[in-house]
Amino acid sequence: MHYDLLLLTFLPLAAAFAIAFTPKGAEALQRYLALGATLIVAVLGVRLFLGFGVEGTPVERYVFDAPWFTLPSSYAAPTQVRFKLGLDGVSLLMVTLTAVLMPIVILSTWGHVHKRVKEFMVWMLVMQTGMLGTFLALDLVLFYFFWEISLIPLYFLIGIWGGERRLYATIKFFLYTLAGSLVMMIAIISILWTRGTSDVFELINLLCRAPLEEQLWLFAAFALAFGIKVPLLPFHTWLPDAHTEAPTSGSVVLAGVLLKMGTYGLVRFCIHMLPGAAIAAAPVMMALGAIGILYGALLAWAQDDLKRLIACSSVSHLGYVVLGLFALTPAGINGGMLQMVNHGISTGLLFLLVGMIYERRHSRALDAFGGVAVAMPIFALFWVITTLSSVGLPGLNGFVGEYLILYGSFQASPLWSIVGLSGVIFGAVYLLMATRRMLFGALDKPENRELADIGAREIGLLLPLIVLVVWLGVSPNTFLSKTQPDLEQIHLRLAEARRALLASAEASPTPTRPDQEQSR
Amino acid sequence: MQDSLSQAWLWWIPLLPLVGSALCGALHLATLRARKSDPSAKGLSAFAPLVACAAMAGALALAVRGFVDLRALAPSARTLLSTSWEWITIGNPARPWFDVDVALVLDPLSSTLTLVITGVGLLIHIYAAGYMKGDAGYAKFFAYLNLFVFAMLILVLSSSLLGVFVGWEGVGLCSYLLIGFWYEKGWPAEAAQKAFVTNRVGDACFLIGSFLLLRLFGTLDLADIVMRMKADFRLDTIDAGTQLNLSLAALFLFGGCCGKSAQLPLFTWLPDAMAGPTPVSALIHAATMVTSGIYLIVRLNPLFASSPTVMTLISAVGVTTALIGGSTALVQRDIKKVLAYSTVSQLGYMFLGLGTGAFAAAVFHLVTHAFFKALLFLGAGSVIHGMHEEQDMHKMGGLRKHMPQTFATFLAGAAALSGLPLMSGFFSKDEILAHTFNSGGVYYAFWIVGVLTAAMTAYYTWRMVALTFFGSERFDHHHVHPHESPALMTVPLMVLALLSVLGGVLGLPPVFHVAHVLDGWLAPVVEPGKAILAMHHPHEHLSHTVEWVLLGLGSAVALAFAHTGFHAYTRGAERDLAIERGAPGVAGFLNEAWTIDSAYSRLVVMPLRLCAFTVRFVIDQLVIDGLVNGSATAVKNIAGRVRGMASGQLESYALWMGAGAALISLWWMWS
Repeated sequence: MHYDLLLLTFLPLAAAFAIAFTPKGAEALQRYLALGATLIVAVLGVRLFLGFGVEGTPVERYVFDAPWFTLPSSYAAPTQVRFKLGLDGVSLLMVTLTAVLMPIVILSTWGHVHKRVKEFMVWMLVMQTGMLGTFLALDLVLFYFFWEISLIPLYFLIGIWGGERRLYATIKFFLYTLAGSLVMMIAIISILWTRGTSDVFELINLLCRAPLEEQLWLFAAFALAFGIKVPLLPFHTWLPDAHTEAPTSGSVVLAGVLLKMGTYGLVRFCIHMLPGAAIAAAPVMMALGAIGILYGALLAWAQDDLKRLIACSSVSHLGYVVLGLFALTPAGINGGMLQMVNHGISTGLLFLLVGMIYERRHSRALDAFGGVAVAMPIFALFWVITTLSSVGLPGLNGFVGEYLILYGSFQASPLWSIVGLSGVIFGAVYLLMATRRMLFGALDKPENRELADIGAREIGLLLPLIVLVVWLGVSPNTFLSKTQPDLEQIHLRLAEARRALLASAEASPTPTRPDQEQSR
Repeated sequence: MQDSLSQAWLWWIPLLPLVGSALCGALHLATLRARKSDPSAKGLSAFAPLVACAAMAGALALAVRGFVDLRALAPSARTLLSTSWEWITIGNPARPWFDVDVALVLDPLSSTLTLVITGVGLLIHIYAAGYMKGDAGYAKFFAYLNLFVFAMLILVLSSSLLGVFVGWEGVGLCSYLLIGFWYEKGWPAEAAQKAFVTNRVGDACFLIGSFLLLRLFGTLDLADIVMRMKADFRLDTIDAGTQLNLSLAALFLFGGCCGKSAQLPLFTWLPDAMAGPTPVSALIHAATMVTSGIYLIVRLNPLFASSPTVMTLISAVGVTTALIGGSTALVQRDIKKVLAYSTVSQLGYMFLGLGTGAFAAAVFHLVTHAFFKALLFLGAGSVIHGMHEEQDMHKMGGLRKHMPQTFATFLAGAAALSGLPLMSGFFSKDEILAHTFNSGGVYYAFWIVGVLTAAMTAYYTWRMVALTFFGSERFDHHHVHPHESPALMTVPLMVLALLSVLGGVLGLPPVFHVAHVLDGWLAPVVEPGKAILAMHHPHEHLSHTVEWVLLGLGSAVALAFAHTGFHAYTRGAERDLAIERGAPGVAGFLNEAWTIDSAYSRLVVMPLRLCAFTVRFVIDQLVIDGLVNGSATAVKNIAGRVRGMASGQLESYALWMGAGAALISLWWMWS
C-alpha cells in the first residue's frame, strides 16, 4: 500500500499541530513552518499529477484504503465505513490546484496577516487537509467528514481576520452552509441505510440503477448542498459578503478551492452516481447555470467595491461550470472540469491583486482609484493579464474552458448556450469597467500618487499562476488528456442511463422523460 | 492538402513579431526600472523600434519567400502547410469527440494579406519610430504594435476557424491596448473599452457561427469545410434544414465580421478608436484589423455563396454603412474623424462587393485601401505632429508651404481614395460597383447608393485636402509653428504614395485587355464560391460598352465632386459654418453619424445598466437577502438566549460547531 495520498492529505494537519505547539511570539517560525509544509504538499501534488496516467506508474499509488468503523444498515451486515482516499481523473485537477495554490496563499499572508499569526496558520493548514480530503475521499462518510472539516476554518478566518461586517458575513455563510450540509447528511444517511455500503464506486454501481424517483430526491438533496457551495443562483448571496469580509488569503482559498468542492460534488455524486436524475434535471440545472452567468455578470457590473465585484464575477464564472457540466456532453463536462481550474487560477489571481492594492491604499472602492497604472505599472501589467484570462481571451486559460462549455451546451440546448454567451460580452463589460476606473484615467488623487509598485515577493506570488494561465491556454491537452479516461466512464454511465430512461418511457405512457436528446 | 510536406518555417512569420514584442516589452520594463532613480530616463527604449522593425523586416522577408514559393507551384497546388499545434482534444486522440489542431496555411489569399500586413506594417513601424519619439511609453508602444502584427498574422494564416479566433480576439486586445495607449487622458481608455465590448458582441456571434459549423461539418478546419461544401453540399441536393443551418452559420459569422470590420450595427466603436496614436489608426483601424471580416468571408466563400439571402444582406449592410460613413465624413472637423468615417464607408464598399460574389474585387479594394488609407492616416499624423497635436481642420490651412512632402504624398492618397481616374482606388472601387450593377434586381438600388457614396467620398476627401493644405493659415502663429516631419516619417509616406498611385495594376478592368492579376492569383481560393454562385444565377459578363460607360461615369462623378469639394473649401471653413447656421438639424444629424451612437446609449446601454442595478438592489438585496436576513434574525434571537455560555460571538459559533460535530460522532458510535 502506498501512503502518498495519506501523506499529501495529512501533512498540513501535522504541520498545524506542530505550529500549535510553537511559542506564542515566534511568528516567523510559524509562517515558515506553514509555508514549508504547503510547499512540500505542492511538490507532492505536482509529482502525483505528472505521474498520473503515465504508463508504468503503479496504480496503487493513487489509492489508500483501510477499514474504519461500521454503521448499522437495513441489511444483516453493518455498513463498513472505509478510510478510502483515491485520486482519479475527476479529482486530479482539483487536488493539484489545491496543492499548488496553498503555498501562494500562505506567502500572501506576509502582507496582510499581522495579528494572531499562529492561529491563522493553524486554520489554514486544517482547511487544506479538509479540502484535499474532500476531493480524495472515495467513501461517502469520509467525504462528509472532510467536507465539514474544511468549512469550520473559514468561519474563523472570516470571523477573526475579516473586515468590518465580518460578523454578518459569518452568520450568513454559516446559515447557508448549515442548511446545505443538513440536507446532504440526510441523503447520506438514507444511502447508508438502504444500500449497506459507503464506498463511492460501489454506490455508483448501485445507485445508477436505482429508480428515478429515488435518484431524483437524492439528487435534489446533494444538488442543494453543492449548489449552495458553488454557489448557484439563487443561493449565492452569502458569497459576495463572505468574500468582501474575508482576508485576501481567505478569499483566494474560498474562490480558488472551496467553491470547487461544490462543482466537484456535482460531478462526482450528482452526475456520476445519479446519472438518471442528472439527465432528468439537466434542463433545470443548465437554466440555473446560464441565468447565473448573466445574473452574476449584471450583479458584478453594478458593484463599486472592487472585491465585491470580483466575488460577483465568481457567481457568473461558476455558472459556466454548471452549464457545461449539465450539458452532459463530452465537451461540456470536460470544459466544466477545466473551467473549475481556470476559475481557481484567474479569480485567485484577481483576489491576490485586490489584496495587494488594498494593503497599500486601504480602500477597495472603485472611485478611490484612477490612474493607478501610472503609479504601479507592474501591478497594472499583472492585472490586465489576469483580467484577460478571466474574460476568456483565446490563448489564455479561460477561453478553452468557456469554448468547450458553450459548445457542449450548444449541442444540448442552443437556447441556454446563447444565454450563457451573454457572459462573453458582459464579462468584458464589468471587468474592463473595473480596469478602466482603477488603472486608467488621470492619477489625480493624492493618496494614489504615493502608491509603491508591487515588489519581488508579490511578483513571486503571481508569476507561477500567470505561467499556469498561459500553459492552460496554449496547451490544455496536458490537462485534458489526464482527466479523459475517467470522464469517459461518466459518459458510459450517462449513455446507459439514457437508454434506461428511453426504455422506461416506452414502457409506460406517463414517464418523466428528459426532453433533451444528446448528440455525440 | 496538396502539399504533404509540412513547412515548419511558416511559424516564424508570426513568431518573429511575437519575439519582437517580448523583447520590446523587456526593454520597457528595463526603462521603468531605470526611471525609478531618474524619472526622465530613457533607458534602453531607444532600441525598441530597431528590434520591432527588424522583426517586421524578417517577417516580410519570410512572407516574400512564401510568395515566391507559391508562385513556383501550379495554381491549383498553391498551398503551403506548416506543422500543426494540437490545441484542444477531447476524447480518445485516435477518435476524438472534439479536436482542434491549428496549422498555418499559406495560400494565395493568406499570402496576399501576409504581404500587406508585413509590408504596410513595416512602413508604419518605421514611421512610428519617428512619430512616437519622446513618448514615455516608446518601447511599450512597439511591444503592442508587434504583438498586434503577431495576432493579425495568426488570424490570416490559421488553418482552423478557432485559430482564426485566436488572432481575431488577439487583434482586438491589441486594438484595446493601443486605443487606450494614452490612458491618462481618460477618454482614450473609454474608447478602448467601447471598442473591446462592441467587438465582443460580434465575437459572441462568431462563436455561435463556429458552433453551427461544428454541428454541420464536425470540424473547424477551414480547408475541410470548403472541401465539404464543394463535395457534399451541392445546392441542388441540399435539404431545407441544412440550408437553414448553413445560412444561420453564415449569418452569425457575418455578425462577427460586423464587429471587427465596423459595419452596421456595430460600427460605432471605430470613430472613437481614433483616440489611439495615429500610426495605430493607420495600421489597425485602416489597413489590417478592420479588414479581418472581409478576409473571413472570402476564406469561407462557398459557405456564404450558398446562402443568397445572407449575400444580399451583406451587400445591403455594406452599402448602407458606406452611405452612413460617407455622409458623416462630409461634416467632420477632426481630420482623423474624416478618415475614420471614410474607413467605415470604404469597408462598406468591400462588403457590398462580397455580397455580389465579387470576392477577388473585395480583396483588391482591401489591398488598395490598405495603401491609400494607411497613407492618408500617416499623412494626417504628420500634419498633427507638425501642428503640435492639433486635429481640428478649421484651425489648419495653408500647410502645403510648410509641409511639402506630406502635402504631395497626401494628394496621392486623396486621389486614390476619391477614385480619380487611373489611381488604385479608382480601379478597385469601379470593379465593385461594376459587379453590383451586373447583379441586377435589388442590386441596382445598391449600385445607385454606391455611386452616391462615391460622390460623397470625392467631396469630403478634397474638402479635407483644401481645409488642411490650402486657404489661409487659421492657426495661432505664436504658438503653432508647422514644420515638415523627419525623413523617418516622410519616406514611408512616399513609398505608400507610390503604391497608392500604382496599386491599380493589380486589377485592371477587362476593357484594358490586360490580365487581372489579383483575380488570377486568387482564383483557386474563390473558385468554390464562384461555382456555387454560378449554379444559382448565372451572370453574363458585362459588355465592353457597359464597362466603358461605368468607368466613364465613375471618373466623371469623382472628378466633378472632387472639384466641387475642393473649391468649396479653398478659402476656408466658411462653408461649414454656413451649413451649421442654415440647417443645424441636418448638420448635427450628420455630425453624429445619424445619431446611431446616442441611440445605442439610450436604448441599449442605459436599460442594461438599469437592469444591473435592479439585480443588485432589488433582486439580490431586497428579495433574496431579505429572506436570508429574516431567518438570520430568528437564529440570532435563539442564539442570544444561550449566549451566556460563551463570552464572544465567535467562540459561541465554535462551540456550536464543536457540539454539532460531537453529536454527530456520538450518533455514529452508538447507533
